[in-house]
Amino acid sequence: MAAFGLARNSCGLINGLRVSYRSLVQVKYGAKSACLLQTNIQSDCRWYSVSHLSVKERIEKKRKAAQMGGGQKRIDAQHQRGKLTARERVELLLDPESFVETDMFVEHRCSDFGMEQDANKFPGDSVVTGRGRINGRLVYVFSQDFTVFGGSLSGAHAQKICKIMDQALTVGAPVIGLNDSGGARIQEGVESLAGYADIFLVHPSDLPHHGSLCILTHLMLCLQDTSYLFITGPDVVKSVTNEDVTQEELGGAKTHTAVSGVAHRAFENDVEALLYLRDFFNFLPLSNQDPAPIRECQDPSDRLVKSLDTVVPFESTKAYDMLDIIHAIVDEGDFFEIMPTYAKNIVVGFARMNGRTVGIVGNQPKVASGCLDINSSVKGARFVRFCDAFNIPIITFVDVPGFLPGTAQEYGGIIRHGAKLLFAFAEATVPKITIITRKAYGGAYDVMSSKHLRGDMNYAWPTAEVAVMGAKGAVQIIFRGKENQAEAEAEYVEKFANPFPAAVRGFVDDIIEPATTRKRICRDLEVLASKKQVNPSVVADSAVAILAIINF
Amino acid sequence: WTFLTGVSVTMHACTHTHTLTRTHAPHTHTHCSYGLFSSSQTFDKILIANRGEIACRVIKTCKKMGIQTVAVHSDVDSNVHVKMADEAVCVGPAPTSKSYLNMDAIMDAIRLTGAQAVHPGYGFLSENKDFAKRLAAVGVTFIGPDTHAIQAMGDKIESKLIAKAAKVNTIPGFDGVVKTAEDAVKIAQQIGYPVMIKASAGGGGKGMRIAWNDEETREGFRFSSQEAASSFGDDRLLIEKYIDNPRHIEIQVLADKHGNVLWLNERECSIQRRNQKVVEEAPSMFLDADTRRVMGEQAVQLAKAVKYSSAGTVEFLVDSKKNFYFLEMNTRLQVEHPVTECITGLDLVEQMIRIAKGYQLQQKQEDIPINGWAIESRVYAEDPFKSFGLPSIGRLSQYQEPLKLSHVRVDSGIEEGSDINIYYDPMISKLVTYGATRAEALARMEDALDNYVIRGVTHNIPLLREIITHPRFVSGDISTNFLPEVYPEGFKGHHLDEDRCRELLASAAALHVTSQLYSHKILGTQSDLMLCYRVSSAPMDQNNWELCVELGQELHDIEISKSGNSYIFMNGLCLSLQVKVDGGQVEVCGDWNLASPLLPLTINGTCRMLQCLSKESSGNIVLQYMGTLFKVRVLSKLTAKLNSYMPEKVSEDTSSILRSPMPGTVVAMSVKPGDTVADGQEICVIEAMKMQNSLTAVKQAKVKSVHCQPGETVGEGDLLVELE
Repeated sequence: MAAFGLARNSCGLINGLRVSYRSLVQVKYGAKSACLLQTNIQSDCRWYSVSHLSVKERIEKKRKAAQMGGGQKRIDAQHQRGKLTARERVELLLDPESFVETDMFVEHRCSDFGMEQDANKFPGDSVVTGRGRINGRLVYVFSQDFTVFGGSLSGAHAQKICKIMDQALTVGAPVIGLNDSGGARIQEGVESLAGYADIFLVHPSDLPHHGSLCILTHLMLCLQDTSYLFITGPDVVKSVTNEDVTQEELGGAKTHTAVSGVAHRAFENDVEALLYLRDFFNFLPLSNQDPAPIRECQDPSDRLVKSLDTVVPFESTKAYDMLDIIHAIVDEGDFFEIMPTYAKNIVVGFARMNGRTVGIVGNQPKVASGCLDINSSVKGARFVRFCDAFNIPIITFVDVPGFLPGTAQEYGGIIRHGAKLLFAFAEATVPKITIITRKAYGGAYDVMSSKHLRGDMNYAWPTAEVAVMGAKGAVQIIFRGKENQAEAEAEYVEKFANPFPAAVRGFVDDIIEPATTRKRICRDLEVLASKKQVNPSVVADSAVAILAIINF
Repeated sequence: WTFLTGVSVTMHACTHTHTLTRTHAPHTHTHCSYGLFSSSQTFDKILIANRGEIACRVIKTCKKMGIQTVAVHSDVDSNVHVKMADEAVCVGPAPTSKSYLNMDAIMDAIRLTGAQAVHPGYGFLSENKDFAKRLAAVGVTFIGPDTHAIQAMGDKIESKLIAKAAKVNTIPGFDGVVKTAEDAVKIAQQIGYPVMIKASAGGGGKGMRIAWNDEETREGFRFSSQEAASSFGDDRLLIEKYIDNPRHIEIQVLADKHGNVLWLNERECSIQRRNQKVVEEAPSMFLDADTRRVMGEQAVQLAKAVKYSSAGTVEFLVDSKKNFYFLEMNTRLQVEHPVTECITGLDLVEQMIRIAKGYQLQQKQEDIPINGWAIESRVYAEDPFKSFGLPSIGRLSQYQEPLKLSHVRVDSGIEEGSDINIYYDPMISKLVTYGATRAEALARMEDALDNYVIRGVTHNIPLLREIITHPRFVSGDISTNFLPEVYPEGFKGHHLDEDRCRELLASAAALHVTSQLYSHKILGTQSDLMLCYRVSSAPMDQNNWELCVELGQELHDIEISKSGNSYIFMNGLCLSLQVKVDGGQVEVCGDWNLASPLLPLTINGTCRMLQCLSKESSGNIVLQYMGTLFKVRVLSKLTAKLNSYMPEKVSEDTSSILRSPMPGTVVAMSVKPGDTVADGQEICVIEAMKMQNSLTAVKQAKVKSVHCQPGETVGEGDLLVELE
């Protein structure tokens, strides 16, 4: 009490004695606080140089402070915005009592703009890091704390993240980042930028400021209405390009999930995102050294799916929903779609077949006839490479009328981008099973995990049409200027609009009844579980962990 | 002796029922007690000029009798009946007027396939005398009555006159065709309100309107003539006295070409919505033996008066004093004929085929029994929460009939994967249960409805289940006004009492817990071989959970613990849980197979069949319980606490937008932008499944914009009109 009283009395006078003022009301972005400090006198002062508190007590105090992040007031403010705090998010994401925190005592090292003041030091700084378990499986986590300097990234903050990333790599476990940050900590200048660079270096698996951090992740989720992600904000955009744009338009969840393809999925709020992430985590192996997980399966592997016999309409021009097929085939109808609102003419996502995680790629006849264009090729390619990297078998459902023609596509480099998908399928060494449900025309047929790209099992449904193009187009070219076009068309349909041309050449392994598709895939996956294939140029494997990030 | 006879006949009826269901019974079963009759030669090949369940129903009997079958179908409709038949012919595009009503195409199909007879089913051409005539002209047998009888009974005015002459009780009314709306008003005033306006050529509730005053008469005249024109191609209307609070009871008759006529007892079809039957039963609780006999005898008199042959139905309205009035005679097989088959043991389709070939009836009136009780629920693809059922469309992504239960017959013409579209009747199936007593039949119906899995379309099982368990229905206190009387505010689904609510919450919470346990079941936890999966062995022994379940607006605290020894964590995941809901204790035990749509649970010792429609990572679970769907959200206590910080979603203001309540075609748009509409004023008319539905404004407002035009096809939920 004596010390306390002294501190009170000496406030503002004896700075030299390293008296510190612990402020309850934190000043936003610390930088401005230097000049205000002296008026910000609170009762909770401490006298560090006089060791009247035992080390143990100090540890306890620090721990308590770390738990509170930026203090109750800011926690309340965070809640009022409909957001959770960094710690609440971690608690929700991980199994109860499984979180093991690291670097709770780390503080930032900035000494400019009054940042060196104790009042501006928060144990743990603006990020919570550690490891824990999701459904019993190991995961490393970092969760940025918006209540501390707006979650801004300091050197210490970056160091903390790098530390767990390093650890995750050595043990081969995934990292989940829960982002809620205003960006680099301006007070720190280049140190914080170096921090970003460090994070990128730690994470070299996918040879590819804040937005940049996310781009390097394997999977990125965000929230409707509250997540924003951009290289530069609307104000800067306005000053540089004179373009008027809102935050939401520039980098909102809708922009990134539907237009830019930066984010993989958007959720309504924090709680929903974290609950989905928990379930989603179960699909993935812990690292590229691990096999994809197998979960106990209650859905019979030999279940006949009768509804598939009628899913493809009679008229070959009529659309149907590829998701109907996927949901009916996979275990318990449980399909976790990735990028459901971007390039909707291709469907990608994770599911299980007889308990084994599989990646599913399917053309979506409902959207743009399921054609391949630049965006869908890139979306598909990235997904296929992800599956290949993480030992997840790929099941491909083909109903593709071809690549989308036109100048927009050609100028945009459809050849270059389409090749990405072709290359991804060709290169993939995981089990690959392909089912042609209807159209498989032209180059797009080749691209969609065809036999020619080392498909392990390629099936055709009786409704399959494997040809260079549709009958009408083909006849117009073959019989240009001839009269009996209708007759020729009928002949073409008879010859090519069926699975035989491909089957007689062995380009499909079998023509199967749609109802038996699930049974066939499950049996093949069992056989292919021991598939070993090495690409000639492969360098020694190194452990790569999955990095998934939620942007709040 | 009586007792013994009763038993033996009951058994016989059962066996018979069995042959008609879609169970995979060995073929020896189908010999049936009519082996003698079915061996008598009838036809080699029959064409069924119909679709859906009735086509399948007829094909089944044909197969039993060793007759080859030909199905007809439209472009979009090659469903089960096409697969069942030996041959199939496409008779045109989707609209019924161009396919199933297209006589030319059907005549071609007959010629093409060489069918000797045609069974018309019900609806479509079943009561079309021209069709019967054309068949007769080419020497093909029409499996139904003569054209004379069709004509006489098909016209409601003529039929009434004949009935009067045959000394059948008739309703007071106007015996003639009504020409204009003003005529209609005049006649209505003469008869006295309320009156019924109906299509002269009609049936099945289409083109029927009740009017209580002049205004409604005019409106009813307009609607009925339009509907009659589009449904039957004949817009003549007639008007008669509307009997308030009546029961609809009909007598099944069976007549051969030799003047023998039998009455096969009654069917009670009082549970109706918009004059269409929903639940039917045989016999009726209301009739005593005398009334039944008098009604039966009058029905026979009428049949004899028109020299009727084949199966037919004489419909009566019965008032509370058991006075009965002739309504109309349907000269075809009725939708609800299975209940009669169940209690009499006769196969009506077989009888019709035999009669058409000219055979005499084998039975005498005293041979016709009433064995037990049969109930039929019409399972429709429609939303019962919108005026007791507005059509819905979709693809049956999952479909499972409750055929594992005994004494259940399902007549359906669709299967998993079938499309229910706007062109045809939205009926999914007729679900018939049979029992020695009405109570037994009802209990089986309850089970059957709970075990019926339908996914992909909205269906009316919630309403059916409520009806058959409603105390008024159970006690037999019903009339054709049952639905509007019992649900004056519209159908709202099952109302959970406190105990049921607790059971639901406990089931949802238990389901959540089992799925949590299940998600830990990554294989290889114990095996060192699977070390690479690296799953912590720790958390499997969790025995207690604290949860929070949201139902409607309310939050309920729930504690769950595993109860002792019954815990077997095998493939079936058989697990018994003690659940504490709001202080009350519930024990939930079950075989938790999360891949199965059915969720059989034992709750506090009672067996309950729940269905899980969806289960999301977010904790949202949709359960079907007591027939009704309930949305619950199960969260851990921590999650629930944190969830309370999440902002609420703002929903759309629905009073100023008009969305299409069902898929269909816009036939009339009564407003244009800038108009002011009053509360209740008609905005537009949508036709779906041949029913015209008038959509009205819910408040007085100015029309801001109109998003559709007459003739346009709209989907459910499509924006039609915006108000200011």
